[in-house]
Amino acid sequence: MRRFWLNTVLHRPWLTIFFSILFVLLCATGAQKLAFNGDYKVYFEEDNPQRIAFEEMQAIFSKNENANILISPKQGSIFNPKTLKLIADFTEEAWQTPLSSRVDSVTNFQHTWAEDDDMIVEQLILDANAIDEPLVQRVQEVALSEPNLVNRLVDEQGRVALVSITVNLPDGDKSKETAQIVDSIRQLTDKYQSLYPDHEFHHTGIVFMNAAFESAAKDDAATLVPLMFVVILVVLGVLLRSLIGTLVTLLVVVFSIISTMGIGGWIGFDLTTATVNVPTLVMTLAVADCVHVIASLLYELRRGKSKIEAIETSMLLNAKPIFITSATTAIGFLTLNFSNVPALADLGTMTAIGVMIAFVLSISFLPAILRLLPMKATVKQEQSTDQFVKLGEWVIRQHKRILPFTIIVVVAAVGSSFLNTINDTPVEYFDETAEFKQAADYQEQVLSGMTTIDFALFTEQESGINDPTNLKHIHEFSQWLKARPEVDSVSTISDVFLRLNKNMHADQPEYYRLPENQQLAAQFLLLYEMSLPFNLDLNNQLNIDKSGTRIFVTMQTLGSKEITAFEKDAYQWVADNAPQLRLTAGSQNLMFAHIGEANMNSLLRGTVLALVLISGILIFALRSWKMGCISLIPNLLPAAIGFGIWGIYSGEINMGLSVVLSMALGIIVDDTVHFLSKYQYARQQHKSAENAVRYAFRSVGKALWVTTVVLTLGFAVLTLSSFALNSDMGLLTGIIIVVALAVDFLFLPAFLLVFDKQKLSEESSHEI
Amino acid sequence: MKFNRMHFQRLSFYFSVILFAAVASDGIAQSSQEKGLEIAKERKLRDRGWGDSVAELTMILRNSQGQETERAMRLHGLEVLDGGDKSLTIFDEPKDVNGTAFLNFSHAKEPDEQWIYLPALKRVKRIASRNKSGPFMGSEFAYEDMTAFEVEKYTYNYLGEDTVQNRKMFIVEQTPIDEFSGYTRQKVWIDQERYIPYKIEYFDKKDSLLKTLELNEYTLYLDKYWRALRTEMFNEQNGKSTEIITHEIEFKTGLEDSDFDKNSLKRAR
Repeated sequence: MRRFWLNTVLHRPWLTIFFSILFVLLCATGAQKLAFNGDYKVYFEEDNPQRIAFEEMQAIFSKNENANILISPKQGSIFNPKTLKLIADFTEEAWQTPLSSRVDSVTNFQHTWAEDDDMIVEQLILDANAIDEPLVQRVQEVALSEPNLVNRLVDEQGRVALVSITVNLPDGDKSKETAQIVDSIRQLTDKYQSLYPDHEFHHTGIVFMNAAFESAAKDDAATLVPLMFVVILVVLGVLLRSLIGTLVTLLVVVFSIISTMGIGGWIGFDLTTATVNVPTLVMTLAVADCVHVIASLLYELRRGKSKIEAIETSMLLNAKPIFITSATTAIGFLTLNFSNVPALADLGTMTAIGVMIAFVLSISFLPAILRLLPMKATVKQEQSTDQFVKLGEWVIRQHKRILPFTIIVVVAAVGSSFLNTINDTPVEYFDETAEFKQAADYQEQVLSGMTTIDFALFTEQESGINDPTNLKHIHEFSQWLKARPEVDSVSTISDVFLRLNKNMHADQPEYYRLPENQQLAAQFLLLYEMSLPFNLDLNNQLNIDKSGTRIFVTMQTLGSKEITAFEKDAYQWVADNAPQLRLTAGSQNLMFAHIGEANMNSLLRGTVLALVLISGILIFALRSWKMGCISLIPNLLPAAIGFGIWGIYSGEINMGLSVVLSMALGIIVDDTVHFLSKYQYARQQHKSAENAVRYAFRSVGKALWVTTVVLTLGFAVLTLSSFALNSDMGLLTGIIIVVALAVDFLFLPAFLLVFDKQKLSEESSHEI
Repeated sequence: MKFNRMHFQRLSFYFSVILFAAVASDGIAQSSQEKGLEIAKERKLRDRGWGDSVAELTMILRNSQGQETERAMRLHGLEVLDGGDKSLTIFDEPKDVNGTAFLNFSHAKEPDEQWIYLPALKRVKRIASRNKSGPFMGSEFAYEDMTAFEVEKYTYNYLGEDTVQNRKMFIVEQTPIDEFSGYTRQKVWIDQERYIPYKIEYFDKKDSLLKTLELNEYTLYLDKYWRALRTEMFNEQNGKSTEIITHEIEFKTGLEDSDFDKNSLKRAR
């Protein structure tokens, strides 16, 4: 088998190259199926409980995904004829937004009042061309006292107004629709910006968040991937000092990426903010394979071997380690499938595929093309003492100090890793350069936070919300929500009832209370509903048989813990005070708030499985139970220390970081494999532990250093992403990879020197 | 090449085709509005003389999840030949709106006049809203979808022919004159033989298809008047729908003008 492979690769290089290229081309045709998907729902499984709750609520009431435009005069308040005309005109034109189903603003608010014995329902500004001072006065009065407006569509000081466009996005991929909506609104904003240069416009809301997700993915694809190529070129140039070597590595990298993305397309994956990292990851991992092969080849050439001999030796030396490291890395990435986040599972699967393709290409296409291209290296003597041998000597001398020191570091790191808390706040994924983040911060500063939660209260009986007891509870629940310090605004049907009751009693203030009986409530509502215009109805707040109502809550931008705690308190309140009502809560923020924890729990299970599988491979590869078990320590310590450092540095674990554990495990295992296998080889030659450590440093010290540099640079490129899920993931993985090298260079030899004192002959009986 | 007779014939043939096409297309462009209006007038004309009617209706509301709920009501209608028709809707179910009565005077040009009697308050209230596009009792029918058809409420454009339920139809586009209408336009499929609508598509302010109304189970009354006993409105944007089933309809019941005023509201039970 091995003979056949080497013969084919070395003696029929054209055939090998032909088949490699054919394979790449076949895969590549799938790339056209790859589509950008900016939907935040790529992070949630179909059966995610929060997603189900949210979608159910959207189906029972109405969809309420919004695009919001904040309009504010650069100076003064919005309550002047000019700004109000702007808002009114803008609101009217906003109806033209594609897929819009509703537009709400202060100017089209359906104001009700009593006149003689009649109830008038009329939008606050009926004619944008006839706004005079008395009307401005009236609008200001209503806007700042109406609970459905203040802190929601206008701030308490009247500095900013919000136009909220509710859109009916289709299920599934909505990037095209999102782009249409965003384009349409931007054009509208641009138009009004030039008409009213003394006003500011900002865009927030879920639609713009989706668009921001997508543009983050596109930006990453457009900037990080090319940057990665530059980094790889430089690193290869420096490390290999061979033009041909650099070029063929690039070819392998490009082929690996193209085939991976192509296969991803065939399988039906989307390009999301997560999977857009696949090229970078595959590139990083493929380069490591090639570096090993080419470095060995060049080494053999320098020792004076012919090229074909050198390639053969390199292949024989590297095929197995590259296979093992690729397999462990692939397993690490595959366990991302345990994630509750589909996008991250896709990232894991695609990268695992890419890693294995890179492996196959680096033992087929790579040697074949190297066979055909001219490669020279000046024959020279190997340097007898390199840096790593010196390092090895130092470790051997100091190992009794290193060990306790390491233990202190580990204890400290594990301790500080408890500083980490799981937190997913979608707004915080974007850095300050993102327009969406700036707008969100602006909204938070002047109007309200970006966190929204929708609560639905179900009475489980037809017309149940008209029942005085239910209505009282809905009102009390709304009051409880409003009283919470983190809440900015609450939009509830109970406020509508208060107002209607007053209007129906000639606007007497003492009737600003809930209707006394069910008939009154039902009939007021009927009258009110008949008076509302198209799409400004109550269908977003009431279900069809009026058995349930939806309450909209806007809150400060909160972390996962605070949001889930708030949700829990709300459930508790209803259980304590209105047990006959059924409460459900749903929102994008809630989905994100829950995903971190669920994801972390499931990924921990995945990581344990990865650990078992990888240790199994190591036991098999090292052919030793003992070495396999020892390998657990250097495999686990880096992650522990890495998360410890993270606890001190940031302390916030988003869902991007939750995948780092299993991903990093697959990568750092490589170092351990290389070091332990060389150490073990020396021990089997009946060398002492000391000499075995020396041998390991001499033979793989540099290779480990090189791959660590390459991998760290690869992940460092990810840290440049403006999207926190990617940049944090890159940073923490990078940290762990560096720590892993330190552990393998410092702790592992010290550990072996202390604990591996037995004679090897005893060990051999345990071989498998 | 000789310019013979055949050439001449052919040339004159071409010429006349071009001439005819020009005239014809001009004629169509001019008459598509006229033809639309003609059909609308014929539609209204064919329905003249029904006098008054009393109907019992059930309204079934469905959401996209398949949940449904029912409303029951009675509808009294009075034809006013020289003005807009009058209608009185009495709600029977849900129970908490039982006895609520709704009176509407339909007007061709100015806004409809509307009153509602709330038995719980024992008061008649005028609905002083110009909004007619809101949902009727939370259904997918807007109030304006349920009022009597008046020719003067729209401008027309004849679009062509089609077949619905194996019957030949005219397609007429009608654009509401009232700026407070919820629609930019409606596309109406009108039976070529009976001049009654079988299907209506409603387009929202941004001119996307919002709702489709299907009219089924047309039954002939008094040998002249077609009434659809089952109509269903589908909201194409949110997946909700509302079906109206007419259980019973009676014509010429002897209702008169005095049964359609503010005082009659309180008596309606």
